[in-house]
Amino acid sequence: MTLLNPYFGEFGGMYVPQILMPALFELEKNFIAAQKDPNFKKQFDNLLKNYAGRPTPLTFCSNLTRGTKTRIYLKREDLLHGGAHKTNQVLGQAMLAIRMKKREIIAETGAGQHGVAAAIACALLNLKCRIYMGIKDIKRQNANVFRMKLMGAEVISVKNGSGTLKDACNEALRDWSSSYKTSHYMIGTAAGPHPYPTIVREFQKMIGIEAKKQILEQEKRLPDAIIACIGGGSNAIGIFSDFIHDKVNLIGVEPGGYGIHTEKHGAPLTQGRTGIYFGMKSHLMQNKEGQIQESWSISAGLDFPSVGPEHAWLNDIHRAQYVSITDTEAINAFQILCKKEGIIPALESSHALAYALKLMNMYPTKKQTLIVNLSGRGDKDISIINDVLKKKEKDYESISRNI
Amino acid sequence: MNRYQEIFKRLSLLKEGCFIPFVVLGDPSLKISIKIIEALIQNGADALEVGIPFSDPLADGPIIQKANLRALSQKNTFLDYFQILEKIRKKYKRLPIGLLIYANLIYNQGIDNFYLQCFNSGLDSVLIADVPIEESKVFYKTANKYKINSIFICPPDADDDFLNKISLYAQGFIYVLSRSGVTGIKNKTLSLPKKFIKKIKKYNSLPLLQGFGISSSKQVKQAILSGLSGVICGSAIINIIEKYLHEEEKMIEKIKEFTSALKLSTKL
Repeated sequence: MTLLNPYFGEFGGMYVPQILMPALFELEKNFIAAQKDPNFKKQFDNLLKNYAGRPTPLTFCSNLTRGTKTRIYLKREDLLHGGAHKTNQVLGQAMLAIRMKKREIIAETGAGQHGVAAAIACALLNLKCRIYMGIKDIKRQNANVFRMKLMGAEVISVKNGSGTLKDACNEALRDWSSSYKTSHYMIGTAAGPHPYPTIVREFQKMIGIEAKKQILEQEKRLPDAIIACIGGGSNAIGIFSDFIHDKVNLIGVEPGGYGIHTEKHGAPLTQGRTGIYFGMKSHLMQNKEGQIQESWSISAGLDFPSVGPEHAWLNDIHRAQYVSITDTEAINAFQILCKKEGIIPALESSHALAYALKLMNMYPTKKQTLIVNLSGRGDKDISIINDVLKKKEKDYESISRNI
Repeated sequence: MNRYQEIFKRLSLLKEGCFIPFVVLGDPSLKISIKIIEALIQNGADALEVGIPFSDPLADGPIIQKANLRALSQKNTFLDYFQILEKIRKKYKRLPIGLLIYANLIYNQGIDNFYLQCFNSGLDSVLIADVPIEESKVFYKTANKYKINSIFICPPDADDDFLNKISLYAQGFIYVLSRSGVTGIKNKTLSLPKKFIKKIKKYNSLPLLQGFGISSSKQVKQAILSGLSGVICGSAIINIIEKYLHEEEKMIEKIKEFTSALKLSTKL
């Protein structure tokens, strides 16, 4: 029996091989005890403040919004140590591992941001760390692979299947099912079997708590909308959770890839249907026969065929709205933020920003305040952007020659 | 008496253990898969466990995972699989046939519709690799409606609470794991301690079958001697399929040899 409700509406649950159930129960029990332990909270808050660098600022984009009545704010998780919101929850989970007397951490990573964060937490708290990463992602995010290794983590290349995050997740779960007695599986997002979606949300909810306090200070009112990108959905649930009971639109932005009408996207909420995968019931990209489909996004961190169950539920009850942004739109937003505000956003966060820009351009005379969760910084993505821009230039040259 | 009860009763009279091979349907192709299944049945399989291929079989190790992907590359449909199962059933009326499947494939078919298909194809049991007993309610209820046995897995470190729970739900037989982890052959597959087997038996009267890592006659003998009713053997057979992927005749020959040898070692 679980102590907490493992479901969000019909979504969530614990769909794992029987062998893993004791490990999940143990984790839930320790999480509940830790939440009640003032020492745990004190130590966590201390790490967040003095190691990770919380609170992160809420930055008003004055150049970006000039000439419109839209006010766009960025919640600056890119300024957190490690370069993304991921650091918040890995510190919490690493502390939980220690509480459970487990000195080994298993993690999986797509863009490498969670891998880097896991390596950071493990180096700091003296835990052994092995990180599963798809072979394709290792190639497209090699700077992050180097960072992980520098901090002492072992990076294991996953060649199975599509060689991306989905396969790294499967491999990490396989490892855990034989090593759970000594290791903790540090899931990187608000997905997977219960209690992970709840744990990750609780360890990320300070993003929303801070943002609310900061916007009330700066604007003396709540925003009209909060916009965040969605892969598994941890940064989004982190910033949404403190606004769920307020009159604020919550907008999650899925990766539209080449376009949601092509087969190359990662938008299970708007394009998938309910299924069971990676330990949970949630929305899934799957074919007619129920086989899981490969997702696609230019942003490795959003390249996942499913989504956290709480988002599936928020979508179901129409509390949050889920939209999609294509690779091209995200790249444009990336360039705009670099040029206008001197901030290099992660390609993941660029999806959220692109939607905010869409809202601004669609209603330039409408008074609206938007908070975009800038979940991470984009240094890791500059070689991808460089390739895209070079290709654009080449295409332009060949078109000009043909005219 | 259902087919599992019949076979276990018969084997116990003969003082033999039960040998259940596992293969993935459609691996490497539907045509060869049928031949493999025939070879298994004719060379000593007391019952059959078949996997429906899934793209992300996370309870399985690399050997079975590759078998799943090989089968999927053939682009067969659910209907194809059930048609084959029906044919096998028609030919082997008393052979217990169980399915091993992942939850999404059932959910995608519609739970009721899936178990109805199982019933219509004459299947005996379903084991859902990623549905633990705690999540099994809706599947279990529907399986019962269509008289399909739900098979549950008992981990090697199960506590009294779990053994009590499994005794309330288990049907057909109990799939006892040799070790933690995923399927596959490892150098070190431990035999289950007699004390543990005795403990499971205290809670349960169903036959106990050992699975995960079974690849030799010695292990089979050990399992039977320690009080288990038999073994399930998957990866070792699939290993043969992979090894002789392009030499069909040799593959079938090797499978026959292996099956006969393992079946023989269930006769103490």
